Amino acid sequence: MSRTARLPALPRREFLKAGGALLVGFQLQPAFGTSPARKTPERGSVAGPPDPKQIDTWLAIHADNTATLYIGFVELGQGSTTALLQVAAEELDLDMEQIRTATVDTNVTPNQGGTYSSAAIQRGRPQVALAAAEARGALLERAAQRLGSSVEQLQVNKGRVSVLGHERPSVSYGELVGEKPFGLAFSGTAKLKSIDRYRLVGKPIARRDMAAKVTARHSYIQHLRLPRMLHGRVVRPRGQAAYGAGAKILSLEESSIAHIAGARVLRRGDFLGVVAPREWDAVRAAQQLKVSWEQPPKLPGSDSLHEAMQADKSQEQVALERGNLASGFTGAARSVVAKCYGPYQAHVPFAPNCALADVRDDAALVICSSQDVYNARRSLAGLLNLPLEKVRVQYGEGAGTFGHSCYDDAAQAAALLSQLAQAPVRLQFMRWDEHGWDTYGPAHVGEVRAAATADGRLCAYEYHGWQHGWSLVDTSAQLSGVAAAEWPPSPVQGVNPLAAGGMYDIPNIKLVNHRLPGLNYLRGAWLRSPLDLSFCFASEQVIDQLARDLRMDPYQFRRINIKDERWRGVLDAVASGAGWATRTSAPRMNDAGVVRGRGIGLGTHLVSYGAAVADVEVNVRSGVVRITHLYGAIDAGAVVNPGNVESQITGQLVQTASRLLKEEVTFDEARVTSLDWASYPILRFEECPDITPIVVQRLDQRSTGAGEETMAAAAGAIANAFFDATGVRMTRYPLTPSRVLAALAERGR
Amino acid sequence: MTTKLNIKVNEHVSAVSAAPDTPLLYVLADELALKGPRFGCGLAQCGSCSVLVDGVETRACVTPVASVQGKSVTTLEGLPAWYARQHKLPQAPAMHPLQQALIDEQALQCGYCYNGMIIKGAELLARNAAPSDAQIRQAMNGHLCRCGTYPRILRAISRAAAVIAGERT
Repeated sequence: MSRTARLPALPRREFLKAGGALLVGFQLQPAFGTSPARKTPERGSVAGPPDPKQIDTWLAIHADNTATLYIGFVELGQGSTTALLQVAAEELDLDMEQIRTATVDTNVTPNQGGTYSSAAIQRGRPQVALAAAEARGALLERAAQRLGSSVEQLQVNKGRVSVLGHERPSVSYGELVGEKPFGLAFSGTAKLKSIDRYRLVGKPIARRDMAAKVTARHSYIQHLRLPRMLHGRVVRPRGQAAYGAGAKILSLEESSIAHIAGARVLRRGDFLGVVAPREWDAVRAAQQLKVSWEQPPKLPGSDSLHEAMQADKSQEQVALERGNLASGFTGAARSVVAKCYGPYQAHVPFAPNCALADVRDDAALVICSSQDVYNARRSLAGLLNLPLEKVRVQYGEGAGTFGHSCYDDAAQAAALLSQLAQAPVRLQFMRWDEHGWDTYGPAHVGEVRAAATADGRLCAYEYHGWQHGWSLVDTSAQLSGVAAAEWPPSPVQGVNPLAAGGMYDIPNIKLVNHRLPGLNYLRGAWLRSPLDLSFCFASEQVIDQLARDLRMDPYQFRRINIKDERWRGVLDAVASGAGWATRTSAPRMNDAGVVRGRGIGLGTHLVSYGAAVADVEVNVRSGVVRITHLYGAIDAGAVVNPGNVESQITGQLVQTASRLLKEEVTFDEARVTSLDWASYPILRFEECPDITPIVVQRLDQRSTGAGEETMAAAAGAIANAFFDATGVRMTRYPLTPSRVLAALAERGR
Repeated sequence: MTTKLNIKVNEHVSAVSAAPDTPLLYVLADELALKGPRFGCGLAQCGSCSVLVDGVETRACVTPVASVQGKSVTTLEGLPAWYARQHKLPQAPAMHPLQQALIDEQALQCGYCYNGMIIKGAELLARNAAPSDAQIRQAMNGHLCRCGTYPRILRAISRAAAVIAGERT
């Protein structure tokens, strides 16, 4: 029997209810141009990306007077889908109930680049607004003909067009277009709606996916099933070794799982997995399969990591140099130096990554949670040795990922297992796979030296950062045999000039990267606000210390050193929201040994502006730090949905509390040892601070990202609050009780 | 060794075939195609898979399916009906008050952990009609959220408590 005959080819993606199970059927390679009368092929019938210069790529109007917006950005729980629908509905004069999006799919949706760097609104809003406005223009021209009027004389209400001041006669978008394509080139020159006429943009429209999510009607990727699929699990050592080491199989006893009915061992190179008809059998087989792995080369171990990073041979690169640093320091009244250390931290989405694949001899379909389906398609095509246009990748929503977790790795693993098993496979990582084989947010050593004049002006600033780049070859690809020449990490990650002093007006500044050889360390990639927490933990403490040394209020000191009105605005917003007052006396310890402090910090990731205030309590006897309240303000220009941004700020601040107090990837000389929520603890309910999110709305500015900016600011604010409480500077996070007690003891507290 | 087992889930008795030591989660998700309980860690650390067994919050990922025979399992799908039975309502509401409160607070980000949050929160509200903030935090402390939505979940539980109290009067 030929393999392609085994699965029915369905005319489109269909959800089949079979005994309550959610099955997804697919058309892998539909016949091209089956309908000769139609000029444009049916949506989804050919490999994308669809042409971004066509209106039809972005928008479809349906006969029932509703619309579908096609966007290439995925929903990660950040609510940007709702915001982009607001943007389109605003320009089209539709209600929110009349518009929806489609599944992100390399056969269907445009390639807008990956959903990272908080780009969905920043890049997506102008594209969506222009496409919708241009579509509206075309619809009004048709309506003008139908109503015997001129375009200027028309009004639109909920997609129904009539002559100004009259409700009848009218014609709806649906009647004008039906299901037919526009067939129009997208010029990108339409005039957008003026701010004073906004009905939806700038309003906290409620997300519509929540009812389905709280009632178990929503299907996460973990809920999808393919007809006749097998369950798959990867088999790897518990915890990764050095990135360059991979995981080499010395021997394998397939007979060790012979007692598990239907379980099969599948292998390509050092990529190893099991499949079984029943999920629990796949889980058991993966755990019981006897494999011996080659002893990997030595890692420095997490306790000696930072020493090893500084002793290692690094490549120096000046990221920014302005003015004359030496003369800047010569003219200073005060200068402060600090060296700070940030750990590897993990993405660890709450649901381990999952992917489904149906790989056949001539085509493949992969459903995964990649932040960038087009990039995933490229890597999958190479791995499966299939032409790009024969691989279709669809997005399935999983748990919040916060950057490059194992989603591409899972997609590759599912595809490899499907190809090897010659059957559809659903692959899910176990908790230890996700924790142990993540592409972690890299560790960092930052040395800052900054100086100010007697009247409190910053006059010199120097930052040296030690870190390695991002590992761009995912584990499954690496183990299955991708050439070692392709492994070296990208040098992209370096000191961020926006976060390291960039908010201040400093005449003499120098930022230097010390790039480490990434193959000798853990796998690294972007973790929400990549490395900015480390930069601002160091930098904002030094700025704060200069203020203290000059006997100036830390808020006022920052204020006089900022020229940019947006930076000053966001700083003022958080200070006012938190009721910032200049402290007049030293903190007092209560009977329980608890001291309280308050700190302020600035930070960003890319374009937007972030500021934070932290209130902390430190128990000087137990070393336990409790963050009691975090205030975070963002200026992200025009905020389409302030409710979503408040939610984003809340998440950023809680995660920052978690990352500053608890999170650290641990490893010994061989492997990562933090493999679950017990060995990699995160913040819990009883530790959660009160949160006050503050949105600085600037509707006249372009929209910029709002998913990351308060994190670096809060990292600085928390460290400064700790100092305010104790008079001690912490140079390494997370601020665990043992580290706090050691730091207090060193200062005789 | 696969055997036939009868388990009562959401007031409906189902015959399932599974090895007796199979964790309840895999039977609920794969055999009964329920979407409430879901895999998070498989180690009873996170609360993603929580169900009520005879009204007590239980981690389905480490509970052998054979151990719930003769007991009553309630998943997120069956929670409104469970609430209606508890409060002697003539019919099940569309949602448990906590589910509605989470929407009203726009609490969710990815929402994956909310199965456990709702199951645990509903268990708490059944035991303690007016929990304090500290009692809520203590009860919920074994449930993790990676997106950092704890503050809104806390507000939603208090809001649901107020709604339930209002329904009683």
